[in-house]
Amino acid sequence: MSQHFFDQFLFVALPYVCLFTFFLMTIYRYRVQSFSYSSLSSQFLENKHHFWAVVPFHYGILVVTAGHFLAFLIPRSLLAWNSKPWRLYVLEISALAFGILTLIGLVGVIVRRMSSSKVRMVTTPTDWLLFLMLLVQTVSGVSIALFYPWGSSWFATNMSPYLWSILKLDPDVTFVAAMPWLVKLHVVLAFLTIGFFPFTRLVHVLVIPNPYLWRKTQVVRWYSRKEGKT
Amino acid sequence: MNIRSQVSMVFHLDKCIGCHTCSIACKNVWTDRKGADYMWWNNVETKPGTGYPTKWEDQEQYHGGWEKNGDQPINIKSTGKVRVIPNIFHNPYMPSMDDYYEPWTYDYQNLFNAEEGSDQPIAKPISMITGEDIKVEAGPNWDDDLGGSEIYAANDPNLKGLSEQQRLQLSSVERLVLFYLPRICNHCLNPCCVASCPSGALYKRGEDGIVLIDQKKCRAWRSCVAACPYKKTYFNWFTGKSEKCILCFPRLEVGEAPACFHSCVGRIRYLGVLLYDADRLEEVANLPDDQLVEGQRSLILNPHDPEIIRKAQSAGIPDGVIESAQRSPVYKFVMDWKIALPPHIEYRTLPMLFYVPPMSPVIANFEDGLASHKMQRLFHGIDEARVPMKYFANLFGGGQEGVVRYAMGKQLAVRWHRRAETVGDVDRATADRFLREANCTIEEAEAIYKLTSLCTFEDRFVIPPMYREQAIEMVKEPHEQRAETGFGFVGCPQRGL
Repeated sequence: MSQHFFDQFLFVALPYVCLFTFFLMTIYRYRVQSFSYSSLSSQFLENKHHFWAVVPFHYGILVVTAGHFLAFLIPRSLLAWNSKPWRLYVLEISALAFGILTLIGLVGVIVRRMSSSKVRMVTTPTDWLLFLMLLVQTVSGVSIALFYPWGSSWFATNMSPYLWSILKLDPDVTFVAAMPWLVKLHVVLAFLTIGFFPFTRLVHVLVIPNPYLWRKTQVVRWYSRKEGKT
Repeated sequence: MNIRSQVSMVFHLDKCIGCHTCSIACKNVWTDRKGADYMWWNNVETKPGTGYPTKWEDQEQYHGGWEKNGDQPINIKSTGKVRVIPNIFHNPYMPSMDDYYEPWTYDYQNLFNAEEGSDQPIAKPISMITGEDIKVEAGPNWDDDLGGSEIYAANDPNLKGLSEQQRLQLSSVERLVLFYLPRICNHCLNPCCVASCPSGALYKRGEDGIVLIDQKKCRAWRSCVAACPYKKTYFNWFTGKSEKCILCFPRLEVGEAPACFHSCVGRIRYLGVLLYDADRLEEVANLPDDQLVEGQRSLILNPHDPEIIRKAQSAGIPDGVIESAQRSPVYKFVMDWKIALPPHIEYRTLPMLFYVPPMSPVIANFEDGLASHKMQRLFHGIDEARVPMKYFANLFGGGQEGVVRYAMGKQLAVRWHRRAETVGDVDRATADRFLREANCTIEEAEAIYKLTSLCTFEDRFVIPPMYREQAIEMVKEPHEQRAETGFGFVGCPQRGL
């Protein structure tokens, strides 16, 4: 009974609280405090190790996150891809590689922030907490990839239905409750990170500058006209 | 033709005494804040010298400005539509604080609180970032007055292309020379910072051409800092936003000159409106290097021409602005007299701050190792000047000596003319010959003399009525508007979490 209650709390109540916080607070913060939406880059203060930490971390985490999203969105296609063993191996190995890249980058980011006294001055307690969460999350993710292989397949069959059930407001914890504790930790921490997201510097992910690719070269703003041109 | 107005500037370098009052005025008004502590929106450099940030003119290091490869249209040297994605994580051409300097203060409390001892207590320098003890090794004007220095002057990027003899001319003892180069944002017509911003946070104000950064849209992608070849956008390391000179637009809007202009002791600064044709910007920015100075001039339109006035009116430019453009001192320096030149036009941003190149010291022509004051050599020829023409050409002529020679020759002619007029120890014929050679009439020489030496506040600053802000007052409570000026919103700009 208590186990059931515990699962309901971790995999139903918590996700909803976190998702609700995420949507409410990101929108609120964008509308009320849009000044605070910044990547808060510290490249200006420390430029020697910046590249080696930040670049692997970003490419790593972007690919890994995109992989999770794909498995969530198109589980059938993923299973079809994995039907041939060599394709499964390719996917698993590249996923693991990007996971390790993320981990290396993240450790680099943390070490850089701790070792440079200038960068330490622009690192808040929130940042440290976020780094801790991301570190545990990345370590658990890489461990899952190592100890519970073929995640690309079991994610599609087991985790994707659970996530969809959350999204469809008809939560079903059957699959996730049967998962090993490491996977459970990863899931819980993922939702916690989503809930914590609007209170951190992570919001810069939401303001990636896609319009640059098709906007005009020069920007002119007129007070007297609605639209300007170069 | 697409006529626009631009608030433009002229700095008369012959009058600059290098007092840094402009820098202090700006610092006190705008950048005396955490994160902006190292920024000098206005700074004064000693030339020849390396400047601030160190060697900012060396675009092989900083990759600022536009680049032109053959017949291809110009590109931003540091980024582009494709490179913006990898550059966003780590900008390879981003200068770091080491290229500027680490801001510091002094531990003044120690003077009062030090334990009693046998030594005088001192106020140790401490970093304004970390608060730790700091060994001060660089500052914003660290090479101040160090003309001839082998560490600073000898590393000036403008020395490129100078012969060994010319370099020696600049630095040999008893002959070494220096002049000052005050710098603010040029509020360019083809701003590289604006074009590079991935977020579109930077923009040029349509009505007056002032280039600003929307603090709410800036996401610290740092492209503008790398792209600006003059290094006049700065990264606020605390708020995580880029900032730059705003040409004191809140002051301009109430009819006052910008703080650095207002406070200038040497009265070297002039401000006024230029009308230009925005349709030809792209064409001019793509011209070959040797045509850029003339090309930029060809953009600027004559505000006295009835045809231009008619077109400006139909383009929606208010009569007050057109009238202001007709009285603009900048138009006189740049277009009528052609003695003010853009800095480093080869960066192709079309800067709208122009410099009157400085004449070298008047006396001390050397004859047999002794300073000579003979009358016929009262003013040495411009080619005998201590600063080689090639140096000025690199700085103000896009490498072309012709335009600089013209500007210098005219200034020299004005000196001969005034000497003949006031002191009388120079005969009129000599003065007239110099005027003729410089393509300058007596009326023009008088006008140059008056605007250079006898200029009043109203002569120097012809500030256009800012119709945009008058219009704001119609719809907004003036006190609220006043509180919002500067950064454009109420409330302390709080750093992101």
